[in-house]
Amino acid sequence: MLDTSQGSDRLPLAPGVGYKSQHFNDVMEDPGPVAWLEIHAENYMGDGGRPHAQLRALRERFALSVHGVGLSIGGADPLDKAHLTRLKDLVAWTKPASFSEHLAWSTHGAEFLNDLLPLPYTNATLDRVADHIDEVQETLGCQMLLENPSSYLAFAESTWSETDFLAKLVRRTGCGLLLDVNNVFISATNLGYSPQGYIDAYPLAAVGEIHVGGHDEDTDDHGAPLLIDSHSKPVVDPVWGLLAYALAKTGPRPVLVEWDTDVPDWSTLRAEANRAARALIPAS
Amino acid sequence: MTVTQSGFRNALIDADLAVPEGLKDGRGAPAGARFAVYRNNVVLSLTEALSTGFPLVHKLLGSQTFDRLAGVFVRAHPPRSPLMMHYGAALPDFLDSFEPLAHIGYLSDCARLDLAIRRSYHAGDAEPLDPLRLQQDPRAVMALQISPSPATQVLCSNWPLFDIWRFNMIPDAPKPEAVPQDVMVTRADFDPQPHLLPSGAALWLDALTAGHSLGAASEKAAATHPTFDLASTLTLALSTAALTENTTKEIQ
Repeated sequence: MLDTSQGSDRLPLAPGVGYKSQHFNDVMEDPGPVAWLEIHAENYMGDGGRPHAQLRALRERFALSVHGVGLSIGGADPLDKAHLTRLKDLVAWTKPASFSEHLAWSTHGAEFLNDLLPLPYTNATLDRVADHIDEVQETLGCQMLLENPSSYLAFAESTWSETDFLAKLVRRTGCGLLLDVNNVFISATNLGYSPQGYIDAYPLAAVGEIHVGGHDEDTDDHGAPLLIDSHSKPVVDPVWGLLAYALAKTGPRPVLVEWDTDVPDWSTLRAEANRAARALIPAS
Repeated sequence: MTVTQSGFRNALIDADLAVPEGLKDGRGAPAGARFAVYRNNVVLSLTEALSTGFPLVHKLLGSQTFDRLAGVFVRAHPPRSPLMMHYGAALPDFLDSFEPLAHIGYLSDCARLDLAIRRSYHAGDAEPLDPLRLQQDPRAVMALQISPSPATQVLCSNWPLFDIWRFNMIPDAPKPEAVPQDVMVTRADFDPQPHLLPSGAALWLDALTAGHSLGAASEKAAATHPTFDLASTLTLALSTAALTENTTKEIQ
């Protein structure tokens, strides 16, 4: 039923992986269960060369998710118009099945800090983020998915829970959500709440995509566990468990395996995608 | 209690500043070292981007010295754009006035070469000049309007820049000789390659970029560089896909 070729307007209800250029030949020859690929938008904003050539070939064969990491949707400043235009151009020629970005900020003034920085959940933040999402959706002419962050700390000034904050954004802007269950596990561990409880409270009807990924383990000043969102390792069993927990509630969703640092060979990443494929079976 | 993004940013960049008040752990205690996760992410991710983007400088300095240089540079020159492919454009000039490494005089030109290779990698695609276009009436050939492809980058160095690159990046390459060298970076397919330019070729390429015809550019090069040899320069340029005809449309 689902059209996974270019121009499809939905991601397949199947595993995808975060695309890495070193996997190009492998993913074209032996994708295994991988039916779609997620690309980081900013890596394809040069003028040509190998990144564009690979993307032209990949989009003939796979559904694409364009995942922005530089829009700074939670930034106190107005959105970067030049960057929005670049995103619009990229979306226009790659025709992705999905565009997503993060509930975070990364730009301050003219500086780009190259990290997804946290936001207080206040009415002021809500107004600003909602306006920015409206602007993105109007510019791109499509719905966007907003991803829940991984948190290492909280803001005393927050007056909303993260799940209520996301639900309100969905109602106000019509955006969808990208549920990252690795981020849920990290934030719940770091801030001391139940990850299942978080998913129970999450506006699951709006979820258009689920992420799993690996993280590092550390401790804070008091010896409490502090998980770091590194995308540098295999997905741990408790995160696979959370994926199953979420899928049991949402039904099948596109599931993406993220591995961005210390990227393994294709067979290792494909094995993770196989595990995601198995997780999708009981939910079907 | 409100934590502004300015306050958050300042404490990220300057580790001597206190963690902003109003940040807490899950039990309501001050966030303390948890803030360091963001500090580390910012500095380490930018250092990693520089290390990937400046492989020759990294090779020359070694990881330890490179990381210390990067630690100073990323605080003085954070990215000005979310396009990390462009990050580090300020590094060569920064190195020119960075006293701790001033004894490595050629380091900034090596950074310029690393940048040129990265720019070539991401440059727009262009149809290479067809060598058959040069096999016509000589007057027509000299009137051709050709220019370096977008992926062609030219560097004029007071150092043996090509030799330094080759000695450090190619196994068993000969040691550099103490001569100034001009270097051209081109991309025949997708992987940029540095090439040593013969005398006058850099000026010739500049003249083509400025819009001079093949004949006019060659006259300019020969006027300043008596040993300029059009035949060998053209052979190099054609074999490395360095040129494109100005009427050719860019692909994509």
